Amino acid sequence: MAEAILTATDLVKYYPIKGGVLRRTVGNVKAVDGVSFELLKGETLGIVGESGCGKSTLGRLLMRLEEPTSGSVVFDGVDMYAQKGRAMRRLRRDIQIVFQDPYTSLNPRKTVGDIVGEPFDIHPDVVPKKGRRKAVQDLLDLVGLNPEHINRYPHQFSGGQRQRIGIARGIALNPKVLICDEPVSALDVSVQAQVVNLMEKLQDELGLSYIFIAHDLSVVRHISDRVGVMYLGKMAELGEEDEIYGRPTHPYTQALLSAVPVPDPTLRDKREQIVLKGDVPSPANPPSGCRFHTRCWKAQDKCKTDIPLLEPRPDGVAEHLSACHFAAPREIIETIDLTEIDPKAQTAGA
Amino acid sequence: MTTSETMARASAKSSGHTYAPKDGLLLQVADLHVEFHTPDGIARAINGVNFDLYEGQTLAILGESGSGKSVTAQAIMGILDMPPAVIPHGQIRYCGEDLLTMDPEQRRRTRGPEISMVFQDALSSLNPVFPVGWQIAEMFRVHRGMNKSDALERAVKLMQRVQIPAAKERVKAYPHQFSGGMRQRIMIAMAIALDPAVLIADEPTTALDVTVQAQIMALLQELQEERQMGLILITHDLGVVADVADKIAVMYAGRIVERADVFDLYRKPAHPYTKGLLESIPRLDQKGQQLAAIGGLPPNLMRIPNGCAFNPRCKYAQDVCREDRPALLEVVPGRESACHFAEEVLNG
Repeated sequence: MAEAILTATDLVKYYPIKGGVLRRTVGNVKAVDGVSFELLKGETLGIVGESGCGKSTLGRLLMRLEEPTSGSVVFDGVDMYAQKGRAMRRLRRDIQIVFQDPYTSLNPRKTVGDIVGEPFDIHPDVVPKKGRRKAVQDLLDLVGLNPEHINRYPHQFSGGQRQRIGIARGIALNPKVLICDEPVSALDVSVQAQVVNLMEKLQDELGLSYIFIAHDLSVVRHISDRVGVMYLGKMAELGEEDEIYGRPTHPYTQALLSAVPVPDPTLRDKREQIVLKGDVPSPANPPSGCRFHTRCWKAQDKCKTDIPLLEPRPDGVAEHLSACHFAAPREIIETIDLTEIDPKAQTAGA
Repeated sequence: MTTSETMARASAKSSGHTYAPKDGLLLQVADLHVEFHTPDGIARAINGVNFDLYEGQTLAILGESGSGKSVTAQAIMGILDMPPAVIPHGQIRYCGEDLLTMDPEQRRRTRGPEISMVFQDALSSLNPVFPVGWQIAEMFRVHRGMNKSDALERAVKLMQRVQIPAAKERVKAYPHQFSGGMRQRIMIAMAIALDPAVLIADEPTTALDVTVQAQIMALLQELQEERQMGLILITHDLGVVADVADKIAVMYAGRIVERADVFDLYRKPAHPYTKGLLESIPRLDQKGQQLAAIGGLPPNLMRIPNGCAFNPRCKYAQDVCREDRPALLEVVPGRESACHFAEEVLNG
């Protein structure tokens, strides 16, 4: 097993809610509330979850764009939040980020050369000043853009091309970890595949480790080695990609997977869909006990009071980490065998 | 078909519809063109779109951004800003009447009772300074001339129908007090308020999370079945289409490039673009492999390539594709494709 390059322990991020005349803190938005995981060298860890589950905040914490309320991140043996000044700046070289929206994450007044070359201005010792233009052109070439377009502005590129510029900027300093926050969500399907392919190619060539944050479950499945499922600031389930998708044991994961429309009309009435009731509760006032209990069909009294830990739940076949008191596999998606299904019986059941 | 016709007429009368479909045919879009005249030139957003919509049918219009799918919807609804938009050719016939030549007042009266629309972004489509109940009730006040309290009562009923919990209490709440999924339910309530014959849903779930998307799609399907509406579902999501559509029209650069029954199209696409789209979805057996991406980019609508608009990105492209624009023709019964090599694509 590869060693961990990044270890997050009990990460917590609360955003205070100020109220009253004195602007006192009257509550907290519990964006990330006790998340622990390891990122192994050269792997892709997918983080999935719905909006408001804290996945983007988690990405920002790992970049130290936000200071955590508590918890620690150890990167390559160094406690990230204890670093200051020069040491922190050195560390930032190794962790870079690609943002979701290629339209707002690139400065419209700067040329592509300036945007991709900016990391070299901040970390001047990486590439000598003379070699920068060449370095930027090499990067553009690497991400599949024409190196001659170095003097163009972002608006002259399409969405997919802009995301390539964002990726080029992300890998400019030759980082060890690249955090990708919804890198393909804003792109059209046909272009999305190009960018996913590019990211896989870069990982092979540069030995990068990815944290791939996304809400598109099929893309995450394609690119990830391991997957973590988040719900309301907590990790609900974490394990190998085939375990999470093939044998999920947390009811939320099961519901999430079953809700994803499958691009195959013949499965239309044969898929068992778990339609959850209601919306995700507010992270300012999360439910007690298991945060999913308000929407869970398995919930018992215990779930309202006891917070389930994210731990191995060896119940028959599944052995990965799951934060459910009643973790149990429920075969979905992969178990559909068309030859065995009697359409009439299935339709009646659905 | 005479029974269905009489039934349609009867239902038209009882629900206050001015028009009655003939043989279930609600909407006919014929050779529709839409251009946008901009300072930089003419953007040809729609270049000859044809389709029919029948009662109870779900037609999915599938396409990427810039393919003209939303402009088609806006043209049908008559909510395009003209100028800059211009409709140089085409007809949009609703129950036989051409909406494009109708006088504006008559057309205004079709919006809501006959044809209505659900937009993608519910938050920006709702008025933030009025309570949601007031906004739903407006439909009844304006189109049915109801008084305030009756209209509000109907609004509560509708909110209950779209499964908004505690509708009675929440009728006075403002849009920002609802979650994204609930706002979309309110949009749907407004759209179905006057029992329209045609409902256009423009990316109704794109802004929503998957678990909420499942709820909203289930609701739309239920309402459609209950009211036998013709539903035009505009989306880029191949998964959503596979779940709900009867027929699919795939759009590229302002034209329909393939049209087929949903089962046929997913089993064997007859246009290289459709094929490329289906192949670019990550599949289980492709884990660890490259995705089959379509190379290149969708064309700029101001400079659509000669011949077939897809030719610069197409594996099958030959000289003929660069010169001749292929028409949307029947390949096998019930399937149409706008490709010179449609048969080759379909068979291999």
